[in-house]
Amino acid sequence: MSTETFRTTETPLTQDELAHAIAEDIAPGSFVNLGIGQPTTVSNYLSPEKQVTLHTENGMLGFGPKALGEQVDEDLINAGKIPVTELPGAAYFHHADSFAMMRGGHLDVCVLGAYQVSASGDLANWSTGKPGAIPAVGGAMDLAIGAKDTYVMMDLFTKKGDRKLLPECTFPLTGVGCVSRIYADMGVFLLDGSGIVKVRELHGISLEDVRDRHPGVEFETL
Amino acid sequence: MTEFVDTAAEAVASVSNGATVLLGGFGNAGQPMELIDALMESGATDLTVVNNNAGQADAGLALLIKERRVAKIICSFPRQSDSWHFDEAYRAGEIELELVPQGNLAERLRAGGAGIGGFFTPTGYGTELAAGKETREIEGRHYVLEAPIRGDFALIKAYAADPYGNLVYRKTARNFGPVMATAATHTIVQVDEVLEEALDPEAIITPSIYTDTIVGIPTGSGTKQREEREALAAGRRKPCLATKTAAELAAEK
Repeated sequence: MSTETFRTTETPLTQDELAHAIAEDIAPGSFVNLGIGQPTTVSNYLSPEKQVTLHTENGMLGFGPKALGEQVDEDLINAGKIPVTELPGAAYFHHADSFAMMRGGHLDVCVLGAYQVSASGDLANWSTGKPGAIPAVGGAMDLAIGAKDTYVMMDLFTKKGDRKLLPECTFPLTGVGCVSRIYADMGVFLLDGSGIVKVRELHGISLEDVRDRHPGVEFETL
Repeated sequence: MTEFVDTAAEAVASVSNGATVLLGGFGNAGQPMELIDALMESGATDLTVVNNNAGQADAGLALLIKERRVAKIICSFPRQSDSWHFDEAYRAGEIELELVPQGNLAERLRAGGAGIGGFFTPTGYGTELAAGKETREIEGRHYVLEAPIRGDFALIKAYAADPYGNLVYRKTARNFGPVMATAATHTIVQVDEVLEEALDPEAIITPSIYTDTIVGIPTGSGTKQREEREALAAGRRKPCLATKTAAELAAEK
């Protein structure tokens, strides 16, 4: 784990730097589920010496990098339906076991994307509630509540400049009080259910600006 | 007793109109494509289908939905880039959707197969998918009551069956197969390989008590699978995890 003292840098983190930062904070020997999309890039920075085992909810522990060329096996895919490889020590199991493993609190960390997170750790990442949209939830709600720690990887603001960290989520919830950390391009925030957001890092934004752009959310530095 | 049949058409012949059918598979892995095609041919309609997805592209479940043979689908992730047949049926109000978080879907099937009348799960608590459901606080955590799911039929794909009807699966193609096998009144299995010998009892994933009808269909689409089958056929290695038959063991004594 990195030292838990408040620090700042001048510029926001790139996506790769963010993935690297999350990987740094994952303890050696952890069992980890990386959500579909951006969170999967965290695996690029998990060194083999750390012996982190990756879980995929479609029934496997210990998958390796994406399969290429002749490695591709239609029976060996991850939750994003991407062909992957098998590492020594891998295990297969059925869907109910896979989610029992998650729901039962056996996974150490789950990293997910988010549309919105509330100061008390509520997560919204499955639906924007747009009328007429076809709903799909997949494993999002199970993943949200299914690890000892749920980390969110996201930008602090949308492309339009809307904040994604709110006093209360306005989109349909995925889970209540489940997020323990937000790793964003502009900072790392720790949530403990108190509603007060602990700021561990800021990148390319001042604490004053963070407070100005998040009315109704209380921040404290570590 | 598990019955072995020669064709997918025979395997699904008993699926009747209005049946609830559990369909295995996550994406293409473990999807019993030939059984679903046979179901399409059989004409069975007004089905309730349980699957993780709601069909992809112009194949399998997507075609059943296109032909409006599915009245209701219970699934976790219907929307995909190539789920156009579901999308159209849903927008036209011609298919009922019950959206279930993936882990709840698996556990509801497990409960259905295990004789459990319902269970309290933290998944979905406080979300719109738990709206109207009974909740309970247990040791400081909030839970939602979920009901079991059972099917009249399960259509699943496994890697190999032994002559007794025991199954092993292959890699992540296992997914929903084992729980669906337990949760249906009649479980129909397509396997790549019907072995001549009994599987190693320690290696069996689905015991024969859960299988009713088995059809061997070498699917041949995956290179790895094809290589393994060819190796089996050429006798270059022992059949997948197989041991000697009871008769052979008796003869040796």
